[in-house]
Amino acid sequence: MVATFEPKTDYKVVGTRPIRHDGYDKVTGRAIYGGDVKLPGLIWGVMVRSPHAHANIKSIDTSAAEAVEGVFAVITGADMPKAPSKLVDLGEGNINFKWASNKLMADSKVLYKGHPVAAIAATDRYVAEEAARKVVVEYEVLESVTNVVDALKPDAPIILPDMVGDDLGEDVTNTNMAAHVRHEFGDVEGAFASAAHVVEREYNMQMVHQGYIEPQNATAVWDEEDRIKIWTSTQGAFPARTQIAGILQVDVSRVKVTPTEIGGGFGGKIPVYFEPIAAILSKKSQRPVKMIMERTAVFETTGPTPGARMVVKLGADANGKLTAATSDIWFEAGANPGAFIGPAAMCIYAPYEIANTRIDGWDVLVNKPKVAPYRAPGSPQVAYAMESAVNELCEDAGWDPLQFRIDNASKEGTRRGDGVLFSKIGMEEVLQATKESDHWNSPLGDAPAGKARGRGIANGYWFNIGLKSSANLAVNSDGTVQLTEGSTDIGGSRTSMAMHVAEVLGIGAHDVRPTVGDTESIGYTDVTGGSRTTYATGYACWLAANNLVDVLKDRVAVLWDIDKDDVDFNDGKFISKAEAQKSIGFKELAGKLDDLGGPANSTGSVDLESAGDGFGTHIADIEIDLETGKSDIIRYTAIQDVGTAIHPAYVEGQLQGGAVQGIGWALNEEYFMKDDGSMANSSFLDYRMPTALDLPMIETVLVEVPNPLHPYGVRGVGETPICPPIPAVANSIANAIGKRLYSTPMNAGSILKALK
Amino acid sequence: MTTNSPSKVHVTTTINGQQHELLVPGYMSLLDTLRELIGLTGTKEGCLDGNCGACTVSVDGRIVDSCLVLGAEVNGKVVETVEGMATPEGLHPLQQAFLEEAALQCGICTPGFLVAAKGLLDNEPSPTEGRIRHWLAGNLCRCTGYDKIVRAVQKVSD
Repeated sequence: MVATFEPKTDYKVVGTRPIRHDGYDKVTGRAIYGGDVKLPGLIWGVMVRSPHAHANIKSIDTSAAEAVEGVFAVITGADMPKAPSKLVDLGEGNINFKWASNKLMADSKVLYKGHPVAAIAATDRYVAEEAARKVVVEYEVLESVTNVVDALKPDAPIILPDMVGDDLGEDVTNTNMAAHVRHEFGDVEGAFASAAHVVEREYNMQMVHQGYIEPQNATAVWDEEDRIKIWTSTQGAFPARTQIAGILQVDVSRVKVTPTEIGGGFGGKIPVYFEPIAAILSKKSQRPVKMIMERTAVFETTGPTPGARMVVKLGADANGKLTAATSDIWFEAGANPGAFIGPAAMCIYAPYEIANTRIDGWDVLVNKPKVAPYRAPGSPQVAYAMESAVNELCEDAGWDPLQFRIDNASKEGTRRGDGVLFSKIGMEEVLQATKESDHWNSPLGDAPAGKARGRGIANGYWFNIGLKSSANLAVNSDGTVQLTEGSTDIGGSRTSMAMHVAEVLGIGAHDVRPTVGDTESIGYTDVTGGSRTTYATGYACWLAANNLVDVLKDRVAVLWDIDKDDVDFNDGKFISKAEAQKSIGFKELAGKLDDLGGPANSTGSVDLESAGDGFGTHIADIEIDLETGKSDIIRYTAIQDVGTAIHPAYVEGQLQGGAVQGIGWALNEEYFMKDDGSMANSSFLDYRMPTALDLPMIETVLVEVPNPLHPYGVRGVGETPICPPIPAVANSIANAIGKRLYSTPMNAGSILKALK
Repeated sequence: MTTNSPSKVHVTTTINGQQHELLVPGYMSLLDTLRELIGLTGTKEGCLDGNCGACTVSVDGRIVDSCLVLGAEVNGKVVETVEGMATPEGLHPLQQAFLEEAALQCGICTPGFLVAAKGLLDNEPSPTEGRIRHWLAGNLCRCTGYDKIVRAVQKVSD
């Protein structure tokens, strides 16, 4: 039985905005990120990477590199343990050890440009880079494919000849199609036949990157006891340990992962890249080895989210009720299987109640880096297609796009596209808040001469995962509490965890000192991803705090020489049920523990289903220069059901950050691929993420529909806000210029082309 | 550091008010000089090609990407990094404002933004929002969408 909770409103700590505990170290430069790790005798590792997107490796000669003074170790694919084909769930996406190992270091074939073929450890990075240039690799270049259409042609080059694809349950070989899934409900054909309005459109998207500012890194020691110690910027120390152990073929207990501070991840730092390589280099050199990835390699070999081809068809009756929807979705997986077609199917229709639906999704290999989760992986893509098509349906029939969304909103009991029935959700509340928002009720304003203005809205959805978390508490004699928890902190989550504990114990947020533990100081905790951290780890903290109250009731019973059952705890005070005037505060009790049994500790652990469904609606106002096609977002509002905002400033920050990543994706960002399968824009200069100059303030409306599955009503927040922006911007462009763009990025060039 | 570097340059420089005498390999960036030779790892590496601003420091009062400057170039110059912003009396007002306004999420870009913002306010105490956004356009942040960063700088502006 899943515990449910009644919403509360009389919080003392929840809902306040304390300064984050790790903030002082982060504004003074003291915080230690992965690249800042120093160990005695530390040497540097670098990769030797393929210049080709698809090629057989005929030979590798490392002798000249090994001869460079200062080089301690050189490894190639021959040094990689042979990991078996085994699929492991990482919380947000799976990995197969065999493909994951191959991704980190090529065996006999390179599958994408930048694919590592060798690694070198030397006294410093400059020497290592000099040696890397002396590795001689002979390649037989093969034809490459970089989009789903070419990859599925009968004569396409086969990227992984030993991969067996899954076509609706049937095994297929000699293919680039890793998987094909389908979900179908109701009478789709019949519903379209009787629909009064139908639109069918194709949408295409290029790969984009998470764009975290801190590149991937790892420091490794393979010690004399055959224990492997890793320091790394990871979204989850335990899932990193699982991957490292699986790729190196050792027991998990042989690997200790210490998560450093992490400079952004957005899903891209769930998979490991350098950790096993640095470990093998350390074993061979008998020295600690540090690796930091070059930015070009970050673009070329890590993290993109799938590019997509999507065909969406919608049908509605004459009254504006959505009756039918189909979608065919092809996602680029990169060079190994694992595009996010499952999540795409879960998300595409989620904001709407539609009786008759079908989704077909294909996971397709291309000669590009293996995709990694990126903030609601798969959902922004399908939101672009779905929410654009919804607006086209409204334009076609003359319906108001907000009212249409209100009239068709999903609610408790609505069936999601993959068959799941919703429990209590906040889509209707979000749309109502949108209708009442200052932005929606403010005029767009007249465009200056030579420019056009438009407004667009769109919905977005992410399901938010639960999974496993652990937290430990220990009381200090001064009445403060040490909190150790397992979720790496990418955006202030330590403070939200501390606030959960403080709320239970009736102390201040800064009376709790939170620490993120390593894999040997805290119980198993899943990734900081899937919008699960505040929900699941917060829940574990709440449990640990309640368990601590229970431990302390024993001590109070000793102090007052009464039964534990006669001790109550309320508002930070232990009270005798028999004598109401007899009470002792948490802090006072903490100072007496030495005489009452010594240290008081507690623990909390959870394994939860879901962090509650997250719905959002965004409003984008755009101004377009009709001569140059340049666009400016002139006003933007993100409205979202956030459950209960534990620390509203960081919740707003999630909405603002997600919105801006989505705006960048909509307007500018793409993997611009050349014919030879290489990325033409693999620098921040050419990839061009949004800068401060490109944006207005990002307004937020926090709608709070408490999640009954969390003691304080927390709902996952972080991922939903990247889903609405792309279609909101697309709809604003269509509103401004009367022309719709069917592929991203919707940059000045494509706007200009549409205007002509 | 490396044993086979062709030549090292004798550099005398003032970093955060303290004089340093260094032998810097001729090829070494100011970023690596700060991080690897002095141990000032508050200045961050993001791209090594001058496009993210995470390694922003001030040299003789001018904002630079330290990955694009050689360590040898700061001979006789005054370098200021994020580690030099706070004083024994407390945080710099910008550091305090970044904390109060929740202007950081992961925090990797924060040292660069703080040094860059200080460079603006030292010369222009009352910038407009547009001027702040223009000045900070050389610093990338992927977490915040810049809203709270701009507000933190506005809070310290006159």
